[in-house]
Amino acid sequence: MLGLNKKDTSLLIVVALLTLFAPFILNPFPEGSAMAQFNAGYPDLMQRFVIFGIFAIGFNILFGLTGYLSFGHAAFLGVGSYSAVWMFKLLSYNVIPAIALSVVVAGLFSLLIGFVSLRRSGIYFSILTLAFAQMSFALAYSVLSNPKFNLTNGETGLQVYADDPQILQGANSPDLPHLFGLPMRATYTMDVGAWSFDFNAGYYLCAVIMMVVFYLAIRIFRSPFGMMLRAVKSNQQRMNYTGLNSKPYTLAAFVISGMYAGLAGGLMAAMDPLAGAERMQWTASGEVVLMTILGGTGTLIGPVLGAGFIKYFENIFSKINDNVLHSWFAFLPDGMEDAVVFLIHPFIGKGWHLTLGILFMLVVIYLPGGLVEGGQRLLKRLKRKKTDADDAPSGKTEPAE
Amino acid sequence: MDAILLQILNGLDKGSAYALIALGLTLIFGTLGVVNFAHGALFMIGAFCAVTLQKLLNLSFETLDETQKDFLGNPLKVETPYVEYWFGPEVGATIIDWSVPLAILFAIPVMLVVGYVMERGLIKHFYKRPHADQILVTFGLAIVLQEIVKYFFGANPIQTPPPDALSGSVDLGTMVGFDPNAIIYPIWRLVYFGFAVGIIGAVFSFLQFTTFGMVVRAGMADRETVGLLGINIDRRFTIMFGIAAAVAGLAGVMYGPLNPPNYHMGMDFLVLSFVVVVVGGMGSLPGAVLAGFLLGILESFASTTWATTTIPGINQIIIYLVAIIVLLTRPRGLMGRKGVMEE
Repeated sequence: MLGLNKKDTSLLIVVALLTLFAPFILNPFPEGSAMAQFNAGYPDLMQRFVIFGIFAIGFNILFGLTGYLSFGHAAFLGVGSYSAVWMFKLLSYNVIPAIALSVVVAGLFSLLIGFVSLRRSGIYFSILTLAFAQMSFALAYSVLSNPKFNLTNGETGLQVYADDPQILQGANSPDLPHLFGLPMRATYTMDVGAWSFDFNAGYYLCAVIMMVVFYLAIRIFRSPFGMMLRAVKSNQQRMNYTGLNSKPYTLAAFVISGMYAGLAGGLMAAMDPLAGAERMQWTASGEVVLMTILGGTGTLIGPVLGAGFIKYFENIFSKINDNVLHSWFAFLPDGMEDAVVFLIHPFIGKGWHLTLGILFMLVVIYLPGGLVEGGQRLLKRLKRKKTDADDAPSGKTEPAE
Repeated sequence: MDAILLQILNGLDKGSAYALIALGLTLIFGTLGVVNFAHGALFMIGAFCAVTLQKLLNLSFETLDETQKDFLGNPLKVETPYVEYWFGPEVGATIIDWSVPLAILFAIPVMLVVGYVMERGLIKHFYKRPHADQILVTFGLAIVLQEIVKYFFGANPIQTPPPDALSGSVDLGTMVGFDPNAIIYPIWRLVYFGFAVGIIGAVFSFLQFTTFGMVVRAGMADRETVGLLGINIDRRFTIMFGIAAAVAGLAGVMYGPLNPPNYHMGMDFLVLSFVVVVVGGMGSLPGAVLAGFLLGILESFASTTWATTTIPGINQIIIYLVAIIVLLTRPRGLMGRKGVMEE
């Protein structure tokens, strides 16, 4: 279907179903129950899942396929956000031109940065992208927000004010981001018994866009172009010796992933019409690297998984506090309960970054393929047990590279 | 003329910090071939060594002073630091006053151990892995170290004042014949610069004039051959990692009085230090030091009102601009050697 083979089609369908029914899947616990804090089915969080999914899918096209580790992708996300908000300010609150412009501007910006950075490879490339991103951050934060030429509105962040032109804004169109009149914040709540499910217009817009870009990513992975990028990763020198100039390919990959980041930034602004410089800081770039690695570099589904995983646990861990912990471990004797809570305390609430850092290190050390590889290993182990029970163990069946 | 001199002096303290961190980064990179994203965290740990020592010295006990009464007529509670109790009030007060310089003695063993443990426990397993993996795991480690420090010391900057004797300013201009008040310069910055020069000199002479240093230099040039000659080069490189950590840590200890330490100071310096290393030339020790001071001074020139009114915000981006220009025109950096990090 759609030019995909059977396996990819089923993957696409699975992802489509998951995103489509996410409001159900992410809200497995009844409202008001003790487990309700593990629900993730509210619009804001679901939007973040999908938007960061898009960001990570794009990053994976560069890092997973070519092996170029960019530490500056947040710059494109930020540029996308700024351009989307400018569209809101100048034209109207309709999200289509905003998202379109954010993709285009991020594409141009990444073309410029990629053209310069890709002259070097390896660690130099990482540092160059890092330097560019920090420079963009500094530009957005202070340089481009002086009274004479205020492009980014500095520390406050760019937002829409009442005296902005908004030349295409109709008299009766909503006063917040909308898609031809359908506000992004419109939410339909369905109550089924004790459960309640939120269906949010913004989430579904992001989800549809994610499906499209996920499909594009599959096509890129399976195309001759994707093959060329993999060749760059495995041995660029050999490719150059065969007389092939790999630069256009890597540059194309860089621009594509930059456009994905811009799209994510544009969507972010479409969900909440505000753009701040902190989106461009290098810790934000680090976050998308974490997502991709955690999920599984170079796999199709990995980045989406990683983005969902990190955003979900960020949300859950930040909510848990000592009282919650005490209620969990109430079955233990008093002294032991306090001891357990004391031990866990540094890792929850504000300590989420500590947990994330430790988790990330463990993944890089023991599971370089990320969650996807972990899942595969688990499956293999289960299968092996089964075959062991059936007959004598067969030898290693992995094809030689 | 005096304005130019003042800007050069202003750039020296930041330049010293850049140079020291970049020196450690380059040492690690040159010996072990590892790109250490956690080096900024080592700098931060150094600064918090000073904070810890200051807190330890200020540990005190309460006594009731019968001679002083509060407004209700009860005896006043007086906190006496243990140090003052043990060594007498005057010596004790001096020790507390000099806590930052004393922290150097405290930080050296701590940083050596931290560096040793880090290398043996983690980095050792990453020699054969790709550079991307090294960057990622040390990046993760940096986050972890930063969060641990944040957990114990909180998110706010902690004041670590310099000793009273070194806390004022000195009129340098009169010493070299300018008008009085033309060049007034805080003493601690001079101390920091002198300290940095001392450390850099010590590291270089250690590498240049000792047998140990000679072996390390040989190992940097050709690790395999040195290993084949029956020298345990890994062990020496581990020690070099510890030394590099100590250099970063000492830079942090002494930086406290210039800028109160907070948990993310390491990350702030790390990005710039990488830029410094790249500008200086990957794997070149003199290059790292030179680039550190140059970029520090450049940044200070870009912060003058003349520069910021001509191009607003130039001080924020000058270093990155220079780095990009240098990398594109002289890909090996100012003093980079051929064949280092060129796949």
